[in-house]
Amino acid sequence: MIQYLTNNHEIVWQALQEHLYLALLPILFGFAISLPLGYLAVRFSWLYHPLINTFGVLYSIPSLALFVFLPVILGTKVLSPVNVVVALTVYTVALLARTVADGLRSVDPVVVQAATAMGYRRTRRLIDVELPIALPVVLAGLRVATVSNISLVSVGSLIGIGGLGQLFTRGFQLFYLEPILVGIILSVVLAAIADLIIVLVQRAVTPWTRAA
Amino acid sequence: MITFEDVVKVYPGGATAVDHLSLELPTGKITVLVGPSGCGKTTSLRMINRMVDPTSGRILIDGRDVTQQDAAQLRRGIGYVIQHAGLFPHRTVLDNVATVPVLLGKTRREARTAALGLLERVGLTADFAKRYPAQLGGGQQQRVGVARALAADPPIMLMDEPFSAVDPVVRAQLHAEFLRLQQDLGKTIAMVTHDIDEAIKLGDHVAVLRTGGRLAQFATPRELLAAPADDFVASFVGRDRGLRSLSFDSAAELPVRPVDGIELDDAGRPVGLPGVFTKDDSLRVVTDLVISSPGGVAVRVGPDGAADGLVSHHDLADYLASRRS
Amino acid sequence: MNFSYLTDPAHWDPSNPGSIPNLILSHLGYTALALLIGAVIALPVGLYIGHTGKGSFIAINAGNAGRSLPTLGLLMLMVTLLGLGLLPVLIALTVLVIPPILTSAYAGMRNLDHRVVDAARGMGMRPWQVLTRVELPMALPIMLSGFRNAALQVVATATVAAAVGLGGLGRLLIDGLAVNDYSRVLAGAIVVAALAVLVDLFLALIQRLIVSPGLKGS
Repeated sequence: MIQYLTNNHEIVWQALQEHLYLALLPILFGFAISLPLGYLAVRFSWLYHPLINTFGVLYSIPSLALFVFLPVILGTKVLSPVNVVVALTVYTVALLARTVADGLRSVDPVVVQAATAMGYRRTRRLIDVELPIALPVVLAGLRVATVSNISLVSVGSLIGIGGLGQLFTRGFQLFYLEPILVGIILSVVLAAIADLIIVLVQRAVTPWTRAA
Repeated sequence: MITFEDVVKVYPGGATAVDHLSLELPTGKITVLVGPSGCGKTTSLRMINRMVDPTSGRILIDGRDVTQQDAAQLRRGIGYVIQHAGLFPHRTVLDNVATVPVLLGKTRREARTAALGLLERVGLTADFAKRYPAQLGGGQQQRVGVARALAADPPIMLMDEPFSAVDPVVRAQLHAEFLRLQQDLGKTIAMVTHDIDEAIKLGDHVAVLRTGGRLAQFATPRELLAAPADDFVASFVGRDRGLRSLSFDSAAELPVRPVDGIELDDAGRPVGLPGVFTKDDSLRVVTDLVISSPGGVAVRVGPDGAADGLVSHHDLADYLASRRS
Repeated sequence: MNFSYLTDPAHWDPSNPGSIPNLILSHLGYTALALLIGAVIALPVGLYIGHTGKGSFIAINAGNAGRSLPTLGLLMLMVTLLGLGLLPVLIALTVLVIPPILTSAYAGMRNLDHRVVDAARGMGMRPWQVLTRVELPMALPIMLSGFRNAALQVVATATVAAAVGLGGLGRLLIDGLAVNDYSRVLAGAIVVAALAVLVDLFLALIQRLIVSPGLKGS
């Protein structure tokens, strides 16, 4: 395996970079979309169930199907990386919007009432009180989304875009174990590091969760 | 002064929570709203700071209709304490207390300094400042809740069952400290409870509400015990109200007989008796002593602790009977 | 891209082994088989860990570890190691369903209301009775949601598995891509998406039927 890495470090390095960007870009987009969407689902409670059910259906669509189906909707080429980014963004939103909504709903109504009674207006209350309290739940969802995105990217290699997934297809075609192993290990390590970073951020920004 | 003028609250769906309530809560006094569940006491309280708006009628604070004021601004000037304190779990005790001053535009630093002083005021040491609410006991959380409500020094405090989530021992402590604090601060306080004993103990005035949101009686605790307006109030106040009303009567006028037949030490103080009373105690204390002491007599002592009179159960009964006639 | 492949009656003829109904059946077959084997392995382990609290570390991290395994890599690794055929693919699918089932069985048992379990014991139930009459029914909602996740995972991965020679609906996607027949690719995407949604709905229905209405609030 070391032999393989030294001989192919450029290919591997490039695959790794592509993998990261294909996995993390959707996380950024997804997070940005999920916050307002999750909030709306709580603010207008009639929206909650339709929204959650829609996301449930989207989330259940297999990734390969979504990768090849998106071009029909978006008018993109079948082999465009945009399909992978959009598909993973859809999964991220499907997971995170619900988490944001559930996180906001988990805030003790007594605390929200107390904030209102102290003279908070809606927007500031959301930023100062409700979002921070929902943060542990939201970040837990972000961990799940990040880790599954990182592992899902490689499926994209079946349509020619897949970061480390390209190591799998190459190894499989040549019946050659090393690239497959390297790809799996790097993908898992990448997921573990991303997960760890979120955990560390969470510890730093939610010190109260370790109290008691 | 907080004035309820013919206030009605009907919730969507048709349930009447408050039914033509007119009430005046005097400035600087504690007014307790008490009644069974569904009597509209909490709704009434929450209409004062516009957490709920009335269907009809007006609520005035010092003559100004609350619905004419911006809700958030109004609330920042009214302290609010609730059952489980409603502390912000993500903020330290100190930052919880500093909340309203910061909302009112104080710097965080100023607000924190002031908050430290308030913690002391409610009986918490500075070690608590950096803790999170989850690290406190129920009684401590409630103290922080009171400190937080006091932080902007509001003239009015609303308290919704503030002491009902803590155990009886802690509750008694909090009661005593609350009354001491109120003696210093003289806030206009509206408090809600379902516990008539708490209402009688803490209230300068008590408003008894009945199911359906109608006012049954508004009176001082003493009047309430002595002359309940109707059967509902009488039964809500409880069967032993005669005995309890004795706690409002001083033992100063109670005649005593000369000290005789009990053991005294060199300074004239009684020896081996479980309890004695002074002229400052209530008749309820004397009654309890007479019932529980082995000889059926209660011993009165002077300021120096020396016995200066005896009361037997016959004496007490005669005195109580003479008061009634 | 167009819908011609999907609408062509020949592709719906059950007597043709490569027709859509047959692909659906084989897809469901692989899915059910992997779920069954995975459940037989993961359920007892998850329940045991949840019940005793021993090895919680494994159960908590299994979910995350399983999620971070790239499915395509695992499939290709198995096939490269063991050669083409059903067995290596089935092993890979099973490896993927174990974490969600195990973790949810564990979580279901851990999140039980201890007062209720205590009350059951206090009423004189034997350990086996406590498990089957109180703990399992109460843990069911969480366990089943884990099972649903596992099912979605296999349906999706079985699609990908066409790339390493497995049958099922993935064939439409992989073969279509190989010969640039996008009508076939689209047909595959639509049918497999519909299948995944239906499988999930079906399991949701089962969940509704076997979870006590008293537990619906949670």
